[in-house]
Amino acid sequence: MERAAVYDNELNLKATELRLGLPGADESEKQSSRNNKRSSAEMDDSRDKDEQESAPAPKAQVVGWPPVRSYRKNILHQKNESDLSGIFVKVSMDGAPYLRKIDLKVYINYQDLLKALENMFKCSIGVYSEREGYDGSEFAPTYEDKDGDWMLVGDVPWDMFITSCKRLRIMKGSEAKGLGCL
Amino acid sequence: MQVVWLRSSLALRDLQAFIQHTVVYCKMDPKLKKTKNSSSNSANSPDSTHSSFPFPDEVLERVLSFLHSHKDRSSVSLVCKDWYNAERWTRTKLFIGNCYSVSPEIVARRFPRIKSVTLKGKPRFSDFNLVPQHWGADVHSWLVVFAKVYPFLEELRLKRMTLNDESLKFLATSFPGFKALSLLSCEGFSTDGLKAIATHCKNLTELDIQENGMDDLGGGWLSCFSENCSSLEVLNFASLNSEVSFDALEKLVRRCKSLRILKVNKSITLDQLQQLLVLAPQLIELGTGSFQQELTPLQYEGLGIAFSNCKNLQTLSGFWEDTSLHLPVLYAACPSLTFLNLSYATLRSGELAKIVAHSPNIRRLWVLDTVGDKGLEAVGSSCPFLEELRVFPADPFEQDLHHGVTEAGFLAVSHGCRKLHYVLYFCRQMTNAAVATIVQNCPDFTHFRLCIMNPGERDYLTNEPMDEAFGAVVKTCTNLQRLALSGLLTDLTFEYIGKYAKNLEALSVAFAGSSDGGMQCVLQGCPKLRKLEIRDCPFGNAALLSGIEKYETMRSLWMSACNVTMSACKLLAKEMPRLNVEVMRDEGSDESQADKVYIYRTVAGPRRDAPPFVVTL
Repeated sequence: MERAAVYDNELNLKATELRLGLPGADESEKQSSRNNKRSSAEMDDSRDKDEQESAPAPKAQVVGWPPVRSYRKNILHQKNESDLSGIFVKVSMDGAPYLRKIDLKVYINYQDLLKALENMFKCSIGVYSEREGYDGSEFAPTYEDKDGDWMLVGDVPWDMFITSCKRLRIMKGSEAKGLGCL
Repeated sequence: MQVVWLRSSLALRDLQAFIQHTVVYCKMDPKLKKTKNSSSNSANSPDSTHSSFPFPDEVLERVLSFLHSHKDRSSVSLVCKDWYNAERWTRTKLFIGNCYSVSPEIVARRFPRIKSVTLKGKPRFSDFNLVPQHWGADVHSWLVVFAKVYPFLEELRLKRMTLNDESLKFLATSFPGFKALSLLSCEGFSTDGLKAIATHCKNLTELDIQENGMDDLGGGWLSCFSENCSSLEVLNFASLNSEVSFDALEKLVRRCKSLRILKVNKSITLDQLQQLLVLAPQLIELGTGSFQQELTPLQYEGLGIAFSNCKNLQTLSGFWEDTSLHLPVLYAACPSLTFLNLSYATLRSGELAKIVAHSPNIRRLWVLDTVGDKGLEAVGSSCPFLEELRVFPADPFEQDLHHGVTEAGFLAVSHGCRKLHYVLYFCRQMTNAAVATIVQNCPDFTHFRLCIMNPGERDYLTNEPMDEAFGAVVKTCTNLQRLALSGLLTDLTFEYIGKYAKNLEALSVAFAGSSDGGMQCVLQGCPKLRKLEIRDCPFGNAALLSGIEKYETMRSLWMSACNVTMSACKLLAKEMPRLNVEVMRDEGSDESQADKVYIYRTVAGPRRDAPPFVVTL
């Protein structure tokens, strides 16, 4: 079953998808916390509802507890979002004379990242498929994870990817063959 | 001889003046008293000419004009009809703690000469999203009446009220002498409304916009101040994010020589801040903008000099950006500081320690719990005059116990700051023993607000409920006025409160208690209780109805997610016509359950503007 390289919406496809990631991994955690520039009360209500629905595993969050004013919650939230320093990783491409460095925090999903890489290195990476990897593409993006293993970009949920990715390598498609097959 | 009880906070000077005038005129020849009372409303006081007081009305009014506290004025107005009238003619400041307790018309009839109004609206729990949208507390109907009756209104201070831009425009254009606007925790308006204020209020002295649920559509409002406007004394736009024209701000600060409070927003850089400080070294309160910027050594030095030239600086706040880089520039200004608000700055212990080391005269300190227990230890050793401490959580929904502060930090402060009387403390763990020691060290607490963030949390060392902690607080702190509870609490806590907290005026309860008895103890035992807010407690109808006689002596009662039913509320409403009993039901809940109950005394009858989800019984 082909899964489109669409990770940008938290659709219910997640419920039926096959992936290598751990079940129940933090996918929807940060969804509700994006783009809260307005500190209006309406936004607060909807945010709180989101927080309630996508409550972290250990404890369901209670409305209005701890008693922190909406305004303060918003500010601290914005701070948390922006204070997380960028996740800079080196990117190498087979055949390129020097490496580049990118900030993974800047991208919102795989599509975004791959497009940026394609632009940066003037290459074509193509579309991810769970079964075939990037088969058929000229290049395939891979990454070294926390354990030191080289993985194919796209297998795990985006949020898990950016926290585990140590460096990126854009491999020639021919070399990457066989990596994507289970 | 009548006796009037006045608050001891009455300024000595005022009291002396009051007494002197009273004594002098007591000795006056009674024949000098006017025979006809022409200045007061004849419908109100047919007996005024037969009062036992030898004072002409003008004299009494003169004397009463020394009274400023609304509580004193309330007392005075109850003495007799003469005093009631004299008081109402001399009152210029109106304080309404619950906008629905009275109507604008009633107010207008009683007080003809009001210049300053403070109005509070929604229940406090609305700050935490417990009150649905569009609940009410709209200021517009008040403004319409004010425009007719108080055309010379100068000040309006709103808290938890709803107002839209139309109201702000109406305000700006209806009161030619309008001077001061303060909006705290309000909602429904935008920066467009502020444009109207800046444009039309030619004599504006104060614009104080704090923590509102407002739409920030841009910083253009600041440029609406006319070039002739030089009267500003207070300007606080710290909570607005949009960039303002620095040129406009700079010119404004330059020409407002009486500016004493300036709190800018994030868009103002350090460099710009320095320029403003040079223009306004007379500032008493400063809110910094973004405190983060690459500065050249020369700029850095200039900033330090600018701060050291602010000899009158007592309050510092702001610090929106996460940086400790430039904190040393403050050190020169720190010795004169009495209030330091670092509650948006994610400082660590070392950074806080350095600041407080330079600030020995601090009376009030607000911080984030990122400073940790170590930071609070530094506070304990550096700030012997500290009276108020607020520690806010940087990550309120974080479950990890290793962040924030613990009982150790609070203990450390209590050891070093014996004058502490106001605390707001968010933590994740606490012990009964620690709290007992804390109040031993600081028995003068008037405000004790402890928030152990996990609901129903036990004493983490003994695993017992936190009853003894709050028991110690109420037994030791006899002046306690405000108390907020947390942790696992049984009815024992409430027994203690009812037995010992005789000066308690405001109590906040959440996830606590075992039975109706708990709430009953409080209602029966606390004579001065005015505000009671309860959520998620097992208090039911018996508890609610046990206070039937009491609620008229209180401002309000809030109960949500308890065990109260509609029938009990209906009964209460029937028995007590001078209370408004309002119920809001949660979606999908049982018809008979009264999920959210808000009860308050009122002379205005049921609300006429209640939305459909608020049922007045």
